[in-house]
Amino acid sequence: MTGLLGGLATASTAVHPTAADVGVFAVAAALVLAGAIGVVSSRNPVHAALMLIMTLFGVAVLFVAQHDSFLAAVQVIVYAGAIVVLFLFVIMFLGVDRRENIALEPLRVQRPLAIGLVLLATTGLLLLGQISGWTTGAPHVAGRAVSNQSNVALLGRSVYTTYLFPFEATAALLVIAVVGAVVLARRPSETSPSETSQSETSQSETSQSETSPSETEEGARP
Amino acid sequence: MNPIFPLQAILGTGDPLFANGINWIVVLIVIIKVLVVFGALMVSVMLMIWFERKVISDMQSRIGPNRAGPFGIAQTLADGIKLFFKEDLLPEKADRNVFKLAPYLTIIPAFLSFAIVPIGGEVTIAGRHFELQLADPPMGILFLLAMSSIGVYGVMLAGWSSGSKYPLLGSVRASAQMISYEAALGMTVVTVVLITGGLSTRSIVDAQALHLWQWNVIRLGVVPFLIFFIAVVAETNRPPFDLVEADSELVGGFVTEYSSIRFALFFLAEFMNTITMSAITVTLFFGGPDGPVPHIPHLYWLWPILWFMAKTIVFLFVFVWLRAALPRLRYDQLMDLGWQRLIPLSLGWLLIVAGFVVDGWWGLGLAGAVVVAAAIVIRAFTVGAVREAQRPIVPGIGMRVWTRPPESPAAPETAPIEGDRA
Repeated sequence: MTGLLGGLATASTAVHPTAADVGVFAVAAALVLAGAIGVVSSRNPVHAALMLIMTLFGVAVLFVAQHDSFLAAVQVIVYAGAIVVLFLFVIMFLGVDRRENIALEPLRVQRPLAIGLVLLATTGLLLLGQISGWTTGAPHVAGRAVSNQSNVALLGRSVYTTYLFPFEATAALLVIAVVGAVVLARRPSETSPSETSQSETSQSETSQSETSPSETEEGARP
Repeated sequence: MNPIFPLQAILGTGDPLFANGINWIVVLIVIIKVLVVFGALMVSVMLMIWFERKVISDMQSRIGPNRAGPFGIAQTLADGIKLFFKEDLLPEKADRNVFKLAPYLTIIPAFLSFAIVPIGGEVTIAGRHFELQLADPPMGILFLLAMSSIGVYGVMLAGWSSGSKYPLLGSVRASAQMISYEAALGMTVVTVVLITGGLSTRSIVDAQALHLWQWNVIRLGVVPFLIFFIAVVAETNRPPFDLVEADSELVGGFVTEYSSIRFALFFLAEFMNTITMSAITVTLFFGGPDGPVPHIPHLYWLWPILWFMAKTIVFLFVFVWLRAALPRLRYDQLMDLGWQRLIPLSLGWLLIVAGFVVDGWWGLGLAGAVVVAAAIVIRAFTVGAVREAQRPIVPGIGMRVWTRPPESPAAPETAPIEGDRA
């Protein structure tokens, strides 16, 4: 366990972790784990989404502890600020925001399988970290994190030069997803004009004005 | 090299306070800074509420609060004490834990966002040289965006957890509005960051120092400032964008079910956000604490603080002025303004600024390209609107109805509704 802790804390600073480093890591890890357990065990989808925010926030704290506050900020702005908000919008609009009995299980093998896989992955990771130092293998791919240039500059340079193609491909993918969603949602119905009723018109007005921001939000933010 | 303490990673690498490592004096200074900022923020919220009520009553030919204290200045204190001792109601259908959590999710980001505002220059106390700013993190201005996206949860969950209709509608409105305008807000912040070349608020302020024409409001052209300020007014749910608490439609919006101290927290957060956003506007576009410093010995540190406060008060006044002068927007007008006007405009301006940062010719070229692209898009919209008008369309769910209904005797009642929209 100390090997993993040391590996995480020294990835960018190359000094031994201080008590404060270990403390921050412990608190953030507790946040992340508690949030993750909360997501799968809450009965109410809204509570699950809140727990997800806690996990993402813990991850952001871990980024700060690694001296990458840019990624921490992006983590909070994009994931906590946009994506989970979108989840919440969907949950509230679909009206599934009530307690559910999570003892009912459609797939019976699901839970034992998940627990088994998590145990296996954790042991594997700990072993690899302890024996071969695998977790600290490549802490940075875009140049040393500690240099005279700021993190943002390094990140921006590598995204717009070395990794330009994947970056643009991701952007295109997101745009296509947004356009697809809009096209699917706005397909005009094939009924004749005389069949439309008053109620349908007013319904379309209320639903339109409230759903459109959240739909477009998905693509606008990342 | 010192082992880097997490405090420094959070509070700032730019602050000279941390240059010689961290000992108890440094920690003490940080604690004192926190207490001073907290206290100053609370007092200024109190004064702001009084200021708003006085100014708006002047504009409406009323007297306003005049009972508690001289000029009614202690009115907010009296109201606060009254709120504190009121009964705290918890609705039967509320989601209890979330209902209790929501006010804190609103107030804590409101407090934290002020931490990155540079209040003054640098001072030396007890042999320590430090910035008059609570925190100068490397993420800088992004911290503000992160905090305002956390603040959305407070509003959203407050409405949802109340377990009744109007709060839910109010919170959906509010959060949709805040998220929409955050996009335009972020885009204008990016223009400032581009021209500064750094994220830290201190570097943004330093880049604007000494000359009036180096203030970002002039260097960037006035447009980003205008977009930013409109977005800020919408982001703080202030009039004319206060659809959240449109009393005639939604009762009290998302705070309908709240009472006593929890309501006070929402109220406090709203005014605190107003103050923070004015301060941020000053920081980003008006040079922050920059201003002429007269040569008076031992008081050199005071002038930047005074300049900063004076500029902030101007914007606080503008907030109040807007409330007195403008009628509330309709919800679709709000969304149209945000998505169809402000976001494209800020994107185009961002492109032009990026071009000018590279060099003048790129800037001119991109300016031309943006104008041509805008003309094409506007033309496309006009043509599309004309064609749509000629073709009778059938309203379906999720469709916007632009046209008058088809001339049929069956549906004359729909005319007023759709006339509104078009």
